Amino acid sequence: MPSLKDLKNRIESVKSTRKITKAMQMVAAAKLRRAQEAAEASRPYTERFNAVMAGLAASVGDSDSAPKLLSGTGSDKVQLLVVLTSERGLCGGFNTNIVKLAKERARKLLAEGKELKILTVGKKGRDQMKRDFGDHLIGHVDLTDVKRVGYADAQGIAKDILSRFDAGEFDVATLFYSKFQNVVTQIPTAHQIIPASFEDGAEEGDAVSTVFDYEPSEEAILADLLPRGVATAIFSGLLENGASEQGARMSAMDNATRNAGEMIDNLTIQFNRSRQAVITNELIEIISGAEAL
Amino acid sequence: MADTFQFDLVSPERRLASTEATSVLIPGAEGDMTAMADHAPVITTLRPGVLKVEGPEGTMDYVVTGGFAEISSRGISVLAERALPKGDMTQEHMDEMMEEAKNLYSKAQENFQNEPGPVDDAAKLMADMVAMGDEIGLSARQ
Repeated sequence: MPSLKDLKNRIESVKSTRKITKAMQMVAAAKLRRAQEAAEASRPYTERFNAVMAGLAASVGDSDSAPKLLSGTGSDKVQLLVVLTSERGLCGGFNTNIVKLAKERARKLLAEGKELKILTVGKKGRDQMKRDFGDHLIGHVDLTDVKRVGYADAQGIAKDILSRFDAGEFDVATLFYSKFQNVVTQIPTAHQIIPASFEDGAEEGDAVSTVFDYEPSEEAILADLLPRGVATAIFSGLLENGASEQGARMSAMDNATRNAGEMIDNLTIQFNRSRQAVITNELIEIISGAEAL
Repeated sequence: MADTFQFDLVSPERRLASTEATSVLIPGAEGDMTAMADHAPVITTLRPGVLKVEGPEGTMDYVVTGGFAEISSRGISVLAERALPKGDMTQEHMDEMMEEAKNLYSKAQENFQNEPGPVDDAAKLMADMVAMGDEIGLSARQ
């Protein structure tokens, strides 16, 4: 049986923990709003870009002159996994879910006899990937100092990946990140960026039916835009991840706050019971002492 | 009054403009072009330069680099990797962009010693930057 003093200390410490998790929840909520806005602001660009690229890719598509970024190197022997995660923990299963998906893919590729390379963005992903696939890590991008993810950050990562591709270090690159659905749902997603695949939504119909003039040639435009496509995909991955991270942290901290509240209730009941027991004990001692006289 | 059409200018980070316009001057990779309503569908890449939008509410100038413009029956969308209203453009931005272009140029010179193509491209990018600087009245320090 813990003493009254111990119980009191426990309650105090849980109370301050609750204050911290509550504060973190509120901070995450504020950051989530900003992250969501950023993700939404980038959407028009990504959508238009993908629509145009889908049209271009369809018209150049299978010809021999198609750039390697679009048609691939003709093999899928060496696979690069780009794992985007957060720099900080305490956000529930956010990082674990992304890493789990990436690890599944990694095991499958290794079982198929493919060569595997991994590039991580975000400290948490690197730490988790290192445990099982330490030998396959070829690089890490640190965004700890970046307060607000900008397009320039995505460009930096894209440049790194593209120079590795040009050097023939890999054939296929896949991006792993978490898609933001809502505060409680984030979907870990794998998206192939090299060779490029463009998801084109409702606009496909008229993108194909309009015949565009291209200036300069289609090939030249495609060659110019494909590297930008990699950066765009990474940028939208980073932004989705940012929103997902804050959403996951918010619900994780909400749970923690609620748990702390329950714990305080239980401890308070225990504390009151023991206090009552002490009082009753004292009374019995006084009464029996008085009777003995 | 001239016919208007929908004009959108978006950068990866935000949407800068979405208005009705009567004519748009696009700094295309192969030369400037002015597009008005019912222009033939064209997709062109951009060079660093000034984009002029004329609309019912007056003229707006934007500094754009990298990206492309899509002219279709639905209107004109310009997707620029970097875009700023001309008034917000400062010497710092200019220096930063110039720096990038210079890096690209020296890298191209290193990597492609026997191929003039990429080096020329990078040199053109730099020249475009300087020309753009002159146009908006900022000096491009070399």
